[in-house]
Amino acid sequence: MPDRSTRPLDEYDLHALADGQLPPERAQAVRARLDAGAAERLAQWTAQRERLRGLHAALAHEPPPEPLRAAAARLQALQDRQAQVWRWGGMAASVLLAFGLGWGLRGQGHGEPSSAPAPLASAQRFAQQAAVAHAVFQPEQRHPVEVAAAQQEHLVQWLSKRLGRPLTVPVLTAQGFELVGGRLLPGESGPRAQFMYQNAAGQRITLYLGALDGTAPGAPAGAGAGETAFRLYTEGPVPAFYWRDQGFGYALSGPLARDALLALATAVHQQL
Amino acid sequence: MDHHRIIDHVPALRRYARVLTGDAWAADDLVQDTLERACRKWLLWRTGSNLRAWLFTLMHHLYLNQRRSAPPLQVVDIDTLHEGLQAPARDTDGALDLERCLLRLPAEQRAVLLLVALEDMAYADAARVLQIPVGTVMSRLARARARLRELMDPATAQAPAPALRRLK
Repeated sequence: MPDRSTRPLDEYDLHALADGQLPPERAQAVRARLDAGAAERLAQWTAQRERLRGLHAALAHEPPPEPLRAAAARLQALQDRQAQVWRWGGMAASVLLAFGLGWGLRGQGHGEPSSAPAPLASAQRFAQQAAVAHAVFQPEQRHPVEVAAAQQEHLVQWLSKRLGRPLTVPVLTAQGFELVGGRLLPGESGPRAQFMYQNAAGQRITLYLGALDGTAPGAPAGAGAGETAFRLYTEGPVPAFYWRDQGFGYALSGPLARDALLALATAVHQQL
Repeated sequence: MDHHRIIDHVPALRRYARVLTGDAWAADDLVQDTLERACRKWLLWRTGSNLRAWLFTLMHHLYLNQRRSAPPLQVVDIDTLHEGLQAPARDTDGALDLERCLLRLPAEQRAVLLLVALEDMAYADAARVLQIPVGTVMSRLARARARLRELMDPATAQAPAPALRRLK
């Protein structure tokens, strides 16, 4: 490609010059080499551009009508939420990758290399989804849950039916947390439930649960279906204890100290 | 990273749509449809990518679809006509002329010209919005400007169109 400043001029240079889209040295070179005809066309395009920019200039400063403002606000809410998922989901994924590797090595034993990838991957995905779900719904003021605690019977029936297993909602009143409610969420291998609790200080914790490996019979049934000890993440948006019991994964997330969260996770585990 | 809020883009979208369609109601409908569509498609938008270009891309698609399903009627808006007939000679006459002439450009030329001149969009961004190569942006831009000039000033129509002539 010829040097930008010495390449012959063409009509496109005039347009780019009028639009202010030439690099400075090229703009200078073009200006220096304009003949009368080219200079006139440049003036034409520049004047035409200025006239176009005067069209409906007031609209660019006028506040938009209400329906447009409302639509913009809806889109903004979606994008704020997405930005949060990207930010926290990405963080959770990187933390859980490290965690998942450790899990795989511990949980699988060393004699079954072929069965290791499936439970390892599903553990990562489950815990990542739990972290993302917490990050998304914990800050909600108006719609933190789909079904509120006031309709607890309905909530339990509904989620039990959807998750295909009778659920109990752990009671954490002794630890100072009241149930806010719950919601149904899509998971990689089927539906997931999220229960949210809140204490008097307004702190929220979420319990996320659902079947692991629901679509991969065989792979997890042996080594993966048993019970595991609690594992703690400390590098996510909030700390979380995570465990697995009889094919179900559980994650309890909240902005609490390790001991407080462990006490809550223990209380949850005892009631399930 | 685009730190603008969605609402910050709405005035520019309205103005572009207003000049593109030549109709205030159609323009706000187009902006509304664009925002609604963005709500349905927001998962396709990657955080941190160019939000403005994405919104203009959605709007361009909708505009093309509308034109395809309902070819533009050659209707003269009665208010505009009235204003054109009655208004004393002042600057708005020129603006009305310019708008009428713009509407006589092929839509794809009009879109390029407005993205570049009105929106001050970089050629590469305009190419992305319209999903055409940058070279096509340049050739449409050159044709749009020459054609608009002819429409505004028929006397220049006889002059040889300086298509891709080299200067010296």
